[in-house]
Amino acid sequence: MAKTMPTSVAPMPLVDGLPVERSDPFDPPAVLEALREERPISRLRYPGGSQGWLVTSYPLARAVLADPRFSRRRELQHAPRRIAFEEEHPGPAEPGFFIGMDPPEHTRYRRQLTSHFTVRRMRDLEDRIARITAEHLEAMERHGPPADLVAAFALPIPSLVICELLGVPYTDREKFQHDTRVLLHLDSSFEEAMGALVSLRQYLHGLVVRKREAPADDLISTLIAGGGLDDEEVAGIAVLLLIAGHETTANMLGLGTFALLQHPDQLAALRADPSLEENAVEELLRYLTIVHIGPTRAALEDVELDGELVRAGEVVTLSLPAANRDPERFGNPDGLDLRRSATGHLAFGHGIHQCLGQQLARIEMRTGFAQLLARFPNLRLAVEPENVQLRTDMAIYGVHSLPVAW
Amino acid sequence: MRINVDRDICCGAGMCVLTAPDIFEQSDEDGLVVLLRQPDAAEADIAGEATQLCPSGAITVADEGDPAN
Repeated sequence: MAKTMPTSVAPMPLVDGLPVERSDPFDPPAVLEALREERPISRLRYPGGSQGWLVTSYPLARAVLADPRFSRRRELQHAPRRIAFEEEHPGPAEPGFFIGMDPPEHTRYRRQLTSHFTVRRMRDLEDRIARITAEHLEAMERHGPPADLVAAFALPIPSLVICELLGVPYTDREKFQHDTRVLLHLDSSFEEAMGALVSLRQYLHGLVVRKREAPADDLISTLIAGGGLDDEEVAGIAVLLLIAGHETTANMLGLGTFALLQHPDQLAALRADPSLEENAVEELLRYLTIVHIGPTRAALEDVELDGELVRAGEVVTLSLPAANRDPERFGNPDGLDLRRSATGHLAFGHGIHQCLGQQLARIEMRTGFAQLLARFPNLRLAVEPENVQLRTDMAIYGVHSLPVAW
Repeated sequence: MRINVDRDICCGAGMCVLTAPDIFEQSDEDGLVVLLRQPDAAEADIAGEATQLCPSGAITVADEGDPAN
């Protein structure tokens, strides 16, 4: 049901940059929830000065993400808050960076990858992921309490898994984890962020060149052998997959464990009934929604959204954390309820850019949480909850560290 | 209920296989959707959910008509 005229309702507030400050570690910024209650789409002033839009409701966010009139092309976007790696006037996406492209370029890249991330292929990795998880938890147990769950568990497991899948030496992890941290830190300068990105690109380009000479049984070698991509393109894809493959799941494991420890009734329910595991993963994805800055889409033509006219060229920011707490879509949205069916959440996005690695992420989370809870029946925070360092200062939300004891 | 799949716009996210593995498959070759068979009456809800969850709109419900595949 469309509103008649935007001027007939309360004056539209102009939000100045996308808010990220939180009063509760697990809830979206309160101002986003207040905006969603008021209206599903608001005016947003982007840090570069241009005015665009901010969408906070579930149906509208989902609709924009699925609508080909809204483009993902990088050169059309504005960053909704200052992010060093997003320039005010970005150029076209670099070779292989298909998240910043529309069809048919996007399709050409994604098609090279879809068969490697199917539900079946990811389930084939389950035993290997289970062994990697068990080894890391054993090491953590040997180390003894307290331990930092991020360093011992949440970060190394997805890092090792994506390294094995791509064919990136895990011994180089300090390098790529450091570069990723600099790239995604909101306080990095533009020069620092670009330096980190160039460094990652060069590192993976070197690896691609070596694998062209001496292929192995891994995804980078397979992409090279496919013949449809040059070395720059394979390196670009590898940068994307390496970052997305370790950074996002790591934060879901870290922040997810924090959330479970702070909701003892839910934790107890999950321990008592392992059949809740799949539901629990979906609900944690919905409840925590760690992609907290963007995504953005640029209107290719004038589009009416919920009674507002989005003009061609204007950028719309979708707040996935706010959308996933929309009471119109999820009852009691601010409650963590592992028994609910949270399928349809937007934590992996929606539309043709929906996360390529989501089935891998699901298995890593299901295995990770199940083994963690089984091995440490008395797992608890080793610091006061207010002393857990939150990643409000990063492009992907989560915890910087999570001291635990058992 | 009759389901149509459009492999040209499928992005291989796998939500259909995750949701309704008896009805949908991802091809080993290209990771894109394959319709194994039309859902029977008892499977209408799950097939509908898979349709809803498809991120690219590659799975659609056709008009009610001839139930034969």
